Amino acid sequence: MILDKKHAMQQKLFRQFAETEFTKELQEELDTTGAFNWDIHNKMAKYGFMGVKIPTEYGGAGGDYMSYVIMNEELSRQDLVLSIYANTSNSLGGGPLLLAGSEEQKAKYLPPVARGEKILVFGLTEPGAGSDAGGTTTTAIPTEDGESFVINGRKCFISGAPMADWIIIFAKTDLKQKGSRGISMFIVDMHLPGVSLGADEKKMGIKGYPTSDVVFEDVVVGKDCLIGPLHKGFQYAMKTLDGGRLGVAAMSVGVAQCALDEAVKYAKERKQFGRRIADFQGVSFMIAEMAADVEAARQLTYHAAQLKDANDPEAGAACSKAKFFAAEAANRCAYKAVQIHGGYGYIQEYKVERLYRDARILSIFEGTSQIQELVIANGLLR
Amino acid sequence: MKIMVTVKQVPDTSGRVAVNEDGTLNRASMQTIINPDDLNAVEEALSLKDEYGCKVVAFTMGPMQAEPMLRELLAMGVDETVLISARQFGGSDTYATSQIIAAAIDTYGVDDDDIIIAGRQAIDGDTAQVGPQIAEKLHLPQVTYAGEVKKDGNVLTVKRMLEDGYMTVKVHTPCMITCIKELNEPRYMNVRGTIECWDKPLTIMDYDALKDHELIDATTIGLKGSPTNIYKSFAPPVKEPGMMLEGSGKETTDKLAHILTGKHII
Repeated sequence: MILDKKHAMQQKLFRQFAETEFTKELQEELDTTGAFNWDIHNKMAKYGFMGVKIPTEYGGAGGDYMSYVIMNEELSRQDLVLSIYANTSNSLGGGPLLLAGSEEQKAKYLPPVARGEKILVFGLTEPGAGSDAGGTTTTAIPTEDGESFVINGRKCFISGAPMADWIIIFAKTDLKQKGSRGISMFIVDMHLPGVSLGADEKKMGIKGYPTSDVVFEDVVVGKDCLIGPLHKGFQYAMKTLDGGRLGVAAMSVGVAQCALDEAVKYAKERKQFGRRIADFQGVSFMIAEMAADVEAARQLTYHAAQLKDANDPEAGAACSKAKFFAAEAANRCAYKAVQIHGGYGYIQEYKVERLYRDARILSIFEGTSQIQELVIANGLLR
Repeated sequence: MKIMVTVKQVPDTSGRVAVNEDGTLNRASMQTIINPDDLNAVEEALSLKDEYGCKVVAFTMGPMQAEPMLRELLAMGVDETVLISARQFGGSDTYATSQIIAAAIDTYGVDDDDIIIAGRQAIDGDTAQVGPQIAEKLHLPQVTYAGEVKKDGNVLTVKRMLEDGYMTVKVHTPCMITCIKELNEPRYMNVRGTIECWDKPLTIMDYDALKDHELIDATTIGLKGSPTNIYKSFAPPVKEPGMMLEGSGKETTDKLAHILTGKHII
């Protein structure tokens, strides 16, 4: 696919920004300390990254899915963690509000999120409800006067929870209904009494993006915090995940491209048996396989973005195909990049060591590869 | 109040410089970028806009291929761009170029509180002549090598950077400032800008638009109106990388002496 002028310009902007600002020192600092870096967050916000896909009337840049995909790809080509910085507000965070929020809710929550002043995160997963989101046990029980809800439960693996101002959660509002029915969507202020954080998770990769559990103990929220219709939140969770999957597909393309870039550079530099290792067919075949993987992943992702922008009914399946293929491709590429680096690829001084650890999350979060396969297959076998 | 910025599209010299058989630059085969010093000029204009809310207009002279560069400036926050483009203007040296750009700026209109900002020099010609010549032709005061600009009403206080120090110059608007890269750090485009820049004004001033201006005369523009002509351009031969000898003491000096003796220098 050939990018149009607008998207080509955006690609240039994101690439220039990431290549200049995401320095090796910054990337290593994030990986080592695991702390959130507000300076780079604020800088990204200043240029409109947090609101790429949020409409201009809510303070965003007014871009489309294609813009969002290009951003995620270009940022994660330098550093996956930093692409997550700009991702949430445009996908899982902002998505539910855009899909189902009332005018008041959109006007209240979206502008500060688009400007990067507030951080909004997404809480679907629970200790006992991962891929099976219908197994949600968090409850939101209406008070007698019908003006509020009382929330109790625990959400886990919440990316960005330690920095979050608001969280979008899914909770059972009708205990009589089974499975995915009777679930509603809420936006909850993280500073309310009864909201607390679990310990920072010690992760294999994307160490620079703080993640923890969020616990709700008798948290009272007004009914104006209910997003979309009562008892019908689950379908919005699923729709939001479509967009989120596309975002992860784009991150995977960036990570795969980064693995290829690093492998090509190293294969040309490294000499063994008196010549560049790039001159050995065993190495060159791996490079060719990576290049084909990167390109195939990119085309699937761009195509899914186009379908999303066109509101095509096939978009959901296309997002799953892109996410499945690209995440697996990123892992294959990371594996080969480490392999081409040999012993040096196992040493932290080389970027591919981190890339290998980081890539692993791509085939897990926002729906594992196997869940994507189920989505794809269910569409065909129904 | 408005700020006019002059910019130039130049070959990206970090890539390969290609020269035609006749000695002229093969521009078509080279990537182009916005002249780096001009980005500092744009940044200064935009930060004044951020502070005073004025309009920023960018002017460039060149072929129609300069449009993408102008769109990028619009995506950074420039409000309007003018592309001065005509076959008759081709081959102009700095004298003829400043004649034409001055005519374009004058045609657009210079108000009493306007500021014109140019980069110090372009990386392709390295002359640093066009900015000052535009000022002369428009009979405007100029301050070159600006390293700091402060505005107070219609007076600008400019730190003019020299090799061994600086001078502080006060100048009334309308005036011309040429700036150095130390003046500021140019911003990136912003995402909203990349979407909105396509609907912002990009005016083309061709020969007909300028031909009646007093500065425009067949003898003062284009190749014929240029007192200087390029005789030949060539890519300088690539120098072999130097050799670093590390360490101190006799061992290193012996090594050096050995190399110099080997080359029959000593």
